[in-house]
Amino acid sequence: MLSRVAERMYWAGRYLERAENGARLVRVHGHMLLDMPARAGRTWEQLVTIFGQQATFASRYDDPSEKNVVSFLVADAENPGSILSSLASLRENVRTTRDVVPTECWECVNELYLFSGRELPRSGTERTRHRTLSEVISRCQQLTGLLAGTMSHGPGYRFMRVGLNLERADMTTRVLDVPAASLLYAVEEFEPYRYTLWMNVLKSLSAYQMYCQYVRRRVLGEDVIEFLLRDALFPRSLRSCLAEIAADLELIPRHQTALDEIGSLIDDLDGTLTTEMDAAVLHDYLDTLQRRLGDVHQRIVSTWFLSAKSQ
Amino acid sequence: MPPILRDYTPGAFHDELVTPEGRSRAGADQLVTYLNTLSSKALIDRQAAAERAITEMGITFTVYTEGQNIDRAWPFDIVPRVISGSEWSGIEAGLRQRLSALNLFIDDLYHEQKVVKDGVFPKETLASSKNFLTACVGASPRFGVWAHICGSDLVRDSDGTMYVLEDNLRVPSGVSYMLENRSVTKRVFPDLFENQNIMPVDNYPSDLFDMLVAIAPTEDPEPEVAVLTPGIYNSAYFEHSYLAQRMGAELVEGGDLLVGDDDCVYMRNIEGLTRVHSIYRRIDDTFLDPQVFRPDSMLGVPGIMRAWRNGNVALANAPGSGVADDKVVYTYVPELIRYYLDQDPILPNVPTWRCSDSKHLDHVITNLADLVVKPANESGGYGMLIGPVASKAELENFAGLIRADPRNYIAQPTLAISTTATVSEAELEPRHVDLRPFILQSDRLAVTAGGLTRVALVKGSLVVNSSQGGGSKDTWIVEDRD
Repeated sequence: MLSRVAERMYWAGRYLERAENGARLVRVHGHMLLDMPARAGRTWEQLVTIFGQQATFASRYDDPSEKNVVSFLVADAENPGSILSSLASLRENVRTTRDVVPTECWECVNELYLFSGRELPRSGTERTRHRTLSEVISRCQQLTGLLAGTMSHGPGYRFMRVGLNLERADMTTRVLDVPAASLLYAVEEFEPYRYTLWMNVLKSLSAYQMYCQYVRRRVLGEDVIEFLLRDALFPRSLRSCLAEIAADLELIPRHQTALDEIGSLIDDLDGTLTTEMDAAVLHDYLDTLQRRLGDVHQRIVSTWFLSAKSQ
Repeated sequence: MPPILRDYTPGAFHDELVTPEGRSRAGADQLVTYLNTLSSKALIDRQAAAERAITEMGITFTVYTEGQNIDRAWPFDIVPRVISGSEWSGIEAGLRQRLSALNLFIDDLYHEQKVVKDGVFPKETLASSKNFLTACVGASPRFGVWAHICGSDLVRDSDGTMYVLEDNLRVPSGVSYMLENRSVTKRVFPDLFENQNIMPVDNYPSDLFDMLVAIAPTEDPEPEVAVLTPGIYNSAYFEHSYLAQRMGAELVEGGDLLVGDDDCVYMRNIEGLTRVHSIYRRIDDTFLDPQVFRPDSMLGVPGIMRAWRNGNVALANAPGSGVADDKVVYTYVPELIRYYLDQDPILPNVPTWRCSDSKHLDHVITNLADLVVKPANESGGYGMLIGPVASKAELENFAGLIRADPRNYIAQPTLAISTTATVSEAELEPRHVDLRPFILQSDRLAVTAGGLTRVALVKGSLVVNSSQGGGSKDTWIVEDRD
């Protein structure tokens, strides 16, 4: 498989997951705010923080109102991290690898993009937004399923999966970072809403139901963190994503250095009990995890991709 | 409900669907009958369904303007263009004959030049050919075949004769649209395919792949085949990707390839480097190798000409094939067929004046207002003069251009090219069409069943290029013998 094609498949996986995560987060956030009083300090602005897009947002909008944040994250073509931009990048990566991607999958990507270009800019109200974002999520899922069911599970498919799981791992750590930071500045008035907050963290990663089945006690911050970082079975936990990445990398030629990088991250995670951390330590630990995910990405780039090779 | 073709009047032109008396042409009976059962609304619905399918299937061509890369839906008309099987078999034989002669000609030019020594082809014309590449002299591609893929443009004049307008031997495009047009038409008119024998077109990718395997310089039964594209901004990128996918070949850009110290071509992949044996290159000769041609080319592969000359990689078409894709050479093709094959040409050329010939030149200058003048080495309709619609100033200007460089121009009468029924608003109206069949040659020849029919969608227009208001149609070769 060509290095250039591998690189585009990897990015296709990342953008696909980024779009789906974005849709899940925005969909849940509106619901959560309905349950929270203003003084609990939960705002639309925090969504921008989760995506790490504060600077871009500030350069384009005056105030972080619901309308501005939603249009920035959902349909703003100038925001490279918006759902619409991610889907455009997904389409471009698949369009330029159409020779290796099954035609059905390309058509699915193309239709998803056409649908989003038409509907996302019009999803201003909470009701239409919910419907449109749900449609985006289900079409992303349809694409994931089509790829799994119609594309040979060779290196191209593996690179797509690696990109997808790395993006997912990154998002899980980001979603956790915001409430974890708020633990640092615990306000008394905030106490009654703590349960709602953590429940929504679970929901924004579609983890609420599985958490209830596996943890079997009321939702507590420390359990949520432990579950989302270290649970071995839930597919959006950091630990599961890393295991998936390791398994896919093993099936790609010349994988040793990348696999070593991910192996040491897994060992580290397995040896760290997050429930014993205080808020400040936890916050630092999440930062470290994100940085190390960045290292894994760099290792993949330098091992396989054309962009890293000198002529 | 009146039959939809009741008011259809082709006028003075030869129409591909009906005769001047309003009867169906050979092979078109079923289509005419079917069209007449459609209401205007049904016609519009089907056209809309086809356009939707094209958008959803992502059949596009790329327009690169103002620094932005726009992927446009392919303009398509649902009414197929029909040619009877009996007429087609003659055309097909003519196309095979033409390409065989052209390949013998190219191989001769790069070796002994017997055709020049025997006085059939003038030395001066060869000497002034822009596409004769000295870097190719003495090279010997397999089977003596240089132009492996040829797209010849055919037009039918008002007398009903099919003429060859030009032979595209450099990087002819359009074949992917021929294939996609068929799959869209099957979605729109499935019933029409059930009751008659329409020759299938979808074996083209396999024929192309077989050709690329046949010319590969290796005994390995599974040589590595690649399609070399200039990249995603090229207007034909869709086609490059489409053909690579259908052949199961790698789609590569110049940066994916390198020539090793052993003068072999390798591609950079995740395992490291892999040898490539056969390359369907979709970039022009002059961009192919910055070490030999344009040093500023970012699209090519340094050293690839060396690898090719040493017989370590096959390039289709071979570099230098463009020497026969010259409108002056075109005028000699009938003589070349007689010279190399000792046969009479099956397909006629459009009568053509060579401005390099002083008698012809006088005729051209005197009758400029009635002629179409074309530069010898441009494609895509660039740098042409269409006499009947040109202003006086344009005519004078062009006469000056021709006198300054007569070798670079040929002139042809303006043809009354044929029409066929095409959707316009809610009706069917005649629009002008041409036809580009594709011919493959290695150790054997293969011709597409039909080809790409291009149609000028604007009333009265003769311009069929997709970038200038042209569209395309499915082409049916319909069996008309019992």
